[in-house]
Amino acid sequence: MELLDHAFMQRALLAAVLVGVTGPAIGIYLVQRRQPLMGDGIGHVAMTGVGLGFLLNTSPVWMATAVSALGAVLMELIRWYGRTRGDIALAMLFYGGMAGGVMFVNLAPGGSNANLSSYLFGSLSTVAPEDVTAISVLAAFVVAVTLGLRRQLFAVSQDEEFARVTGLPVRALNLLVAVTAAVTVTVAMRVVGLILVSALMVVPVAAAQQLTRSFAATFAIAVALGLGSTVGGTVTSYYQDVPPGPTIVLLTIAAFLVLTALATPLARRRARALAAARPAGDPAECAIPATREPSDGVGV
Amino acid sequence: MSATAGTEGDVGAMGEPVISLRGVRADLGGRPVLRGIDLTVRRGEVVALLGANGSGKSTAVRSLIGQVPLAAGEIELFGTPRHRFREWARVGYVPQRTTAASGVPATVTEIVSAGRLARTRFGLFRKADREAVRRALEEVGMADRASDSAFALSGGQQQRVLIARALACEPELLIMDEPMAGVDLASQEVLAGTLREQVAAGTTVLLVLHELGPLEPLIDRAVVLRDGCVVHDGPPPEAVGQHALPGHDHVHPHAAADPIRTGLLS
Repeated sequence: MELLDHAFMQRALLAAVLVGVTGPAIGIYLVQRRQPLMGDGIGHVAMTGVGLGFLLNTSPVWMATAVSALGAVLMELIRWYGRTRGDIALAMLFYGGMAGGVMFVNLAPGGSNANLSSYLFGSLSTVAPEDVTAISVLAAFVVAVTLGLRRQLFAVSQDEEFARVTGLPVRALNLLVAVTAAVTVTVAMRVVGLILVSALMVVPVAAAQQLTRSFAATFAIAVALGLGSTVGGTVTSYYQDVPPGPTIVLLTIAAFLVLTALATPLARRRARALAAARPAGDPAECAIPATREPSDGVGV
Repeated sequence: MSATAGTEGDVGAMGEPVISLRGVRADLGGRPVLRGIDLTVRRGEVVALLGANGSGKSTAVRSLIGQVPLAAGEIELFGTPRHRFREWARVGYVPQRTTAASGVPATVTEIVSAGRLARTRFGLFRKADREAVRRALEEVGMADRASDSAFALSGGQQQRVLIARALACEPELLIMDEPMAGVDLASQEVLAGTLREQVAAGTTVLLVLHELGPLEPLIDRAVVLRDGCVVHDGPPPEAVGQHALPGHDHVHPHAAADPIRTGLLS
């Protein structure tokens, strides 16, 4: 593989692997609690972090991590204390984050929107050696949280009210999910880009659940799909000279479409197997009985 | 085991209070929903919390588990003020839900296992924990669906899964919010049977119900709420009003021939 001769491609592929694993790993909990667009919101807030990084001449990755973690915590707080207008507050956070990013980049000496572009849509050549360290440390954190606390996070994301009665620290775990999602956004930022990062958290999970019945299988397949599309997208991006972010996202959507097409006959076969397992006295077809029975529950 | 109607004074004759609400007030969106509720449930009692929609029964239960902040009053669980209560493994809770499923597929076992977390250390499952989950599924007659997705279940089966989840931690106190809502008669019978076994084993039960239905023979005491106040605390009320009219006899599978008292005191 001649593409591995280039040091920048080695770094990009390592970043792609880390992104492919961490995106779906945290995304599955966001999908489970029906907040699939939270990653999108964090991505917008992270732009302010990138802009600040340029302006203050510090590492955009760490600055984006700090600002997006702060934004994610703020979103969680709005979810707790916000009443009916929570969605409006969230929208302001999204747009404010994006506007702040563009503003700060343009205020930075010699800065323009062109600097921002590689952060918005991802870029192979911009994964710097010091980024690799940052991304690896952050990805290790995401994997430790999403796998190590999977039972706790499953319970909190499945049914928050119930989780409270099992004695779990629900608020702390929700904050942890928010911060972990923010960290994932900055891990993915260099390769996929901030605009498209949310797709990697949501689409592989949506694709996997076309086939699965269990959370564990959904998790495993989603991570495999994420990994396949980030590595495949990065390689394609190298040979075709297109930005990696859109390539990766289009691959995940292709996987979703293929699995959805496969799922229909699979569901039919499962239904047939279920019907075959049914005892003879329990027909799948309804027959209209001649008389009403007390167990029908029809009182006159 | 089965205590009758208890008032604050006569502690000597009964078991110790498991649930105790004193002067509980709660507001939702600036509107008072509970206006000073007193409620004591003693060990081994089966208490039904009844009332019309909006009377505050769900809010009372949700304040009990800390989901609704109190404006005034005190709540104790097993004699400990609620904000200091940590022994959640003693409490099984069935929230008011129409489905056990969420945004991602999960098997019946995975969902019920969440109820066992209170008994585990750092969420590590041992053999005994997996056994307890399997037992809880057997108690609600769902063991044969253990590896099915919750999406594939009927409303009644989903409710059975939610109850199994509450039973997985082998609780001493079972709190259920409308466990019979939207449940088909077959599942209602299974749930009544499950509850009968729990009560026989000495579990204390607080149930929010819309009507007594097939659970009526199990209920020791009924507490009726109206507009956030307790208006009845004693034996299960006789059917009155609309529900007592001829033609309102519900057909119940356990005794289809007898006329059955249902409905609320209102």
